[in-house]
Amino acid sequence: MASALGAGLIIAGKDLKLELRSRTAFLSSLAFTALVLAIFNFARDPTLISATDLAPGILWITFSFAGLLGLNRAFALELENRALEALLLAPVSRTSIYLGKAIANLVFVGLVEGVALPLFAIFFNVPILPVLGGLTLVIALATIGFVAVGTLLSAIAVSTRFAELMLPVLMLPFLVPPITGAVQVTSRLFAARPFAEMAPWLKLLAGYDIVVVVTALLIFEFTLDQ
Amino acid sequence: MSAPSLVVEGLVRGFGHVRAVRGVSFSLGRGEALAVFGPNGAGKTTLLRLLAGILRPDRGDIRIGGLPLVRESAGQRRRIGLIGHQTLCYDGLSAAENLEFFARLYGLGDPRVAALKALEEAGLSDRAAIRVGTMSRGQQQRVAIARALLHDPEIVLLDEPFTGLDQHAAAALRGQLGRLRREMRTVVLVTHNLDEGLELASHVAIQVAGRFAEFGPRSGDAAAFRTRYAEATANG
Amino acid sequence: MLAAMLLLPAVFIRALAFTPAEATQGEAQKIFYIHAPSAWVAFLAFGVVGICSVLYLVLKEPRLDRLAASSAEVGVIFTTAVLVTGPIWGRAIWGAWWTWDARLTSTLFLWFIYFGYQVLRSAVHEPGQRARFSAVLGILGALLVPFIHISVNLFRTLHPKPVVLKPEGPTLPGGMLATLLFAFVAFTIIYAAMLWQRYSRATLDDARDAARAEADDRA
Repeated sequence: MASALGAGLIIAGKDLKLELRSRTAFLSSLAFTALVLAIFNFARDPTLISATDLAPGILWITFSFAGLLGLNRAFALELENRALEALLLAPVSRTSIYLGKAIANLVFVGLVEGVALPLFAIFFNVPILPVLGGLTLVIALATIGFVAVGTLLSAIAVSTRFAELMLPVLMLPFLVPPITGAVQVTSRLFAARPFAEMAPWLKLLAGYDIVVVVTALLIFEFTLDQ
Repeated sequence: MSAPSLVVEGLVRGFGHVRAVRGVSFSLGRGEALAVFGPNGAGKTTLLRLLAGILRPDRGDIRIGGLPLVRESAGQRRRIGLIGHQTLCYDGLSAAENLEFFARLYGLGDPRVAALKALEEAGLSDRAAIRVGTMSRGQQQRVAIARALLHDPEIVLLDEPFTGLDQHAAAALRGQLGRLRREMRTVVLVTHNLDEGLELASHVAIQVAGRFAEFGPRSGDAAAFRTRYAEATANG
Repeated sequence: MLAAMLLLPAVFIRALAFTPAEATQGEAQKIFYIHAPSAWVAFLAFGVVGICSVLYLVLKEPRLDRLAASSAEVGVIFTTAVLVTGPIWGRAIWGAWWTWDARLTSTLFLWFIYFGYQVLRSAVHEPGQRARFSAVLGILGALLVPFIHISVNLFRTLHPKPVVLKPEGPTLPGGMLATLLFAFVAFTIIYAAMLWQRYSRATLDDARDAARAEADDRA
């Protein structure tokens, strides 16, 4: 397992270097996020609905969209020149390919979230600093669940004809536990509710994360040529 | 003949209802080169992918240096290098970065040094920092070859490597293939091009519909071979 | 199969003619005898998909993939039945077509899991790849179902609805309980019959494809 992680980190490093080089996907995700936030803010009627009611939902819808955009790149970039074959040839386990892709996705989505969050705070005038610790925790938990499943499904989707459409269709049901949990915790954080109210949701998130990560590690190799 | 370096027995592989490889057996010693000729759809690429350890055979054995090639065991893959008509490299990274990445992946001692050395051998030292995507086809092929040989593999597999190469690059590739044999590597070359295949090979095979219609040492008579090839592929 | 199909009208007849009407809801409540067993089969069918998926990845037996695919096709029918009978019932009882009631919501997401499974299968043509991909999705989907249940129920408990439909528990009067049990058994048999039929047809289709491929090969 340790060597799989090592190889995974090498692969993740390569992915991130490529992304840093072109920056296209990252900038597109950022622009998209800013746009979605702006539209949401613009579209609501501030006299009828207060920002704090809608804010958690909007934040997580935005993160989901941006995340879905980012997930596609991971395996798409292996399609050019059949680079994936070189990874399959190498003396590394199939699992390390998954780990590499998942780690790169985590960093990518994490960076987008890192920029989106302050934007969100500014647009919606939501004070996030007092709850930053809790917010970071819930973002981390939800993102791990999202990326773990998304990386696995994108390996499948990339081999189908309408990959960019296939991935969201497959992902949709899998968003329910992490996003529901995240929105519930986020809204309670903003409303300064007691921790006991958030605990069940956090447990749900953590449980989901463990199950999907372990499952993905076990069955990823079946998404590759046998 | 030296002790067999690559032994293949009864290899079978199908995809759904299509049986791409139906019982291929041969053995090669070190320094020998097998040229596999055949029409499209004969299963040549599938055969190569089986030899590379990318695909698992439905039935049959592959042994490299006496040890079985098992898809799950990563270690044996260290002894194999594959050169396709795609570079298997990342267009967005430079030649040096690509090679350094693979050097790391293969666990080579000093990845950076290994990469630069490979580039020097490929005559690409001056292009080390150029992105592979912007290189000419011939240069890309040289990077691909450098990538494939980086870890000093005993077995070298080539899938239509002359595709898209101009005369100059093709001549360079021919030179490199000769060098591979002199370095006592075992070569399996899949190609359409009878001329180049016959020139480089010590053994020839004609693959038709998943089987070897012919396999044996290359005889001197190229014309007779061409006739046999035309016959075999007309029927198959 | 024919015998199984006869069970369906039998359930109807029993429910309508021989079962007492529920006190507050009247005759409309009887749609429950279709709704609840359909939900049971919907989840059972995906459980079968999940188990076949795991077994396929271990054993690589194409028949398991065929069984999983057949169960998914049958399952989506029953899931749709739940989603159709639910609102009909809800309209009659509460005046609203849809409420985000816990079980209906879970079933809705189950429908989306089925949908994704079917879309994936139709998008992959090579049988080995299709089987592998479906198996991966089948396993993920089957694991997802309990989490969706928990999420939805957690949501409901912390946001109590003003109008909550009391689930019929074991405190059902004898006549109703008997009908319900009969309906559950009948629907399970219907599912098994439909599954067998679908699976047999899939086997025939595959055999025909194989024969065609053989003929092409020899030609």
